[in-house]
Amino acid sequence: MTTADVLMLALGAVAVGAAAAVVTTRQIVRAGLWLVVALGSLAGLYLVLSAELVAWVQVLIYVGAVVVLLLFAVMLTRAPIGVSEDLDRSRWPGLLIGGGAGLGLAALLIDAYQWSTVDLADGAGAEEVGAAIFRSWVLPFEVLSVLLLAALVGAIVISRPDVSARVGR
Amino acid sequence: MRFLTQDPTLADFGHDPWWLILLKIVVAFIFGMSMILLGVWFERRVVARMAVRPGLNQVGPFGLLQTLADGIKGILKEDLLPRTADKVVFFFAPTVPAIFALTALSVIPFGPMVSIFGVQTPLQVTDVPVAVLVVLACSAMGIYGIVLGGWASGSTYPLLGGLRSSAQMISYEVAMGLSIVAVFMTAGTMSTSGIVAAQAGGSEASWSIFGWHPTVPSWYAILLIPSFLIFVVSAFGETNRAPFDLPEAETELVAGYMTEYSSIKFLLYLLSEYVAMVVMSSIIATMFLGGWRAPWPITAFWSGANSGWWPLLWFLAKVVLLLFIFVWVRATLPRLRYDQFMKLGWKVLLPVNLIWILLLGGLRVMQDEQFSGRNRWLIIGGAVVAVLLVALLWPARKAEPKTTLEEQMSARPSGSFPLPPLDLQVPPSPRAKRVVAERRPANVTASGAGSGQVADADTDADEKEV
Repeated sequence: MTTADVLMLALGAVAVGAAAAVVTTRQIVRAGLWLVVALGSLAGLYLVLSAELVAWVQVLIYVGAVVVLLLFAVMLTRAPIGVSEDLDRSRWPGLLIGGGAGLGLAALLIDAYQWSTVDLADGAGAEEVGAAIFRSWVLPFEVLSVLLLAALVGAIVISRPDVSARVGR
Repeated sequence: MRFLTQDPTLADFGHDPWWLILLKIVVAFIFGMSMILLGVWFERRVVARMAVRPGLNQVGPFGLLQTLADGIKGILKEDLLPRTADKVVFFFAPTVPAIFALTALSVIPFGPMVSIFGVQTPLQVTDVPVAVLVVLACSAMGIYGIVLGGWASGSTYPLLGGLRSSAQMISYEVAMGLSIVAVFMTAGTMSTSGIVAAQAGGSEASWSIFGWHPTVPSWYAILLIPSFLIFVVSAFGETNRAPFDLPEAETELVAGYMTEYSSIKFLLYLLSEYVAMVVMSSIIATMFLGGWRAPWPITAFWSGANSGWWPLLWFLAKVVLLLFIFVWVRATLPRLRYDQFMKLGWKVLLPVNLIWILLLGGLRVMQDEQFSGRNRWLIIGGAVVAVLLVALLWPARKAEPKTTLEEQMSARPSGSFPLPPLDLQVPPSPRAKRVVAERRPANVTASGAGSGQVADADTDADEKEV
């Protein structure tokens, strides 16, 4: 077992544990903080796989912006300090669906990749990732951006009463 | 002694012995901490001078030890914990911004290859191919300290301050990230040492204006001046400095997110602001002002200016200059209103940035592809005409229909707040009276003139009555 394997296992354990804490904690802001730990250890996993660009973009966007926005939204509406008793948690269906999805994906990935290896000489730097995204995968990339734009417009329509009233009429 | 600049490349990193790595980390840490002490002193001193006050001058020479004394006093103060606070988060939130700001210092290049105890090594803790992203990620993580500190205090004003800061920093991070894109495009790398190396010297342009090949300026602050300006403005927003210090606007929010903090936790927040300022100055110096390279007039007559330990001096000079600008702006500009601030970020900086990147990308494509002379000028002319046409035909804003006060009042929906009677009589300005008083003729008479003394007595009596 190399150092990379040990780091991989440790970070994976941290990610899974933190993710479990996200859904089991009874304090809503703490759940957001556990999400930070989970996403951060995921970034660590990318670093171990020597995908530096992906790792730092993960920190920059998911940890640095998305979770902050989540916390922002939570604090704007309701962020009590301490335990919230009324958090909706129906345990068994959640466990079933979450565990099923996780195990199913794990089985799928293990079956798909087996023990195949990837040559690191290909690299996962900014240049390679950029070339891949903007050459072979440019269509999905643009479709994704259109999807995000549609979500943005939808959010504005829902949140502005004057616009939604006009649309409804 | 060799008078050659040795640019470190990415391959030069990662060969240091363990003691050298430790030494570099410790020195970078000490640099950060001492810059805080000096930075606070510098700021108070400069602001005082700009306000025509003497400033710090009691403790130590030039008041240099005042910050240290304040720090010791702060540590010895009672540490208060609000009863409604979330204790764990309240405890660790103040450490977050300081830790991440100091982490960002690790990818800042302080100098070229130097020899430390016989080992050739770059004067930089480490460098990675995506070092600039590390810096951005660190500054993004710093938000957590402020948001969580504000929330965990269990009090209204800190919560509002924390929310403001998160909205503010996320907005300005977008502008900041986009403004660096132009630097990446021009330098062709995201490693900080690579960006410094790319600003090494002006190369002759491949295009010509009637046979004259102008030298491209080496500093990105000149070459990419829109990016530079946007980056500096968003650096002010990102570090919560005046005129963008809305999260701690004392006229609105007491002290913002740090209202409930005391003792060493409060000091940590204060300290993190200055670390962030120093880190931002270092990043601006690295990415736009040529990093550790000597400025032009020095390199013209001194070829050894960029070798050995001298670059450290140029780097520090640039950082101090940028810190001075931070302080200068704080002493000059009043705080913006929140909506003005957000409008500036989203409606000015962001669109300008996008258009600038588009323009730059177009220019680079024209340089790369082999366009012949006439085609190139045709394309440029076409683009200019298109821009002018768009600007000319842009629909003008519709004039808002003006309604009288009565119309506005009758248009209010039922159940609105009651209005006071609108029969207010504006009294005449007191200023008018004062002008009259100033116009009273002065009694400048020779001594001994009886009438003059009487008049003086009169005015004295008037003043007493008033």
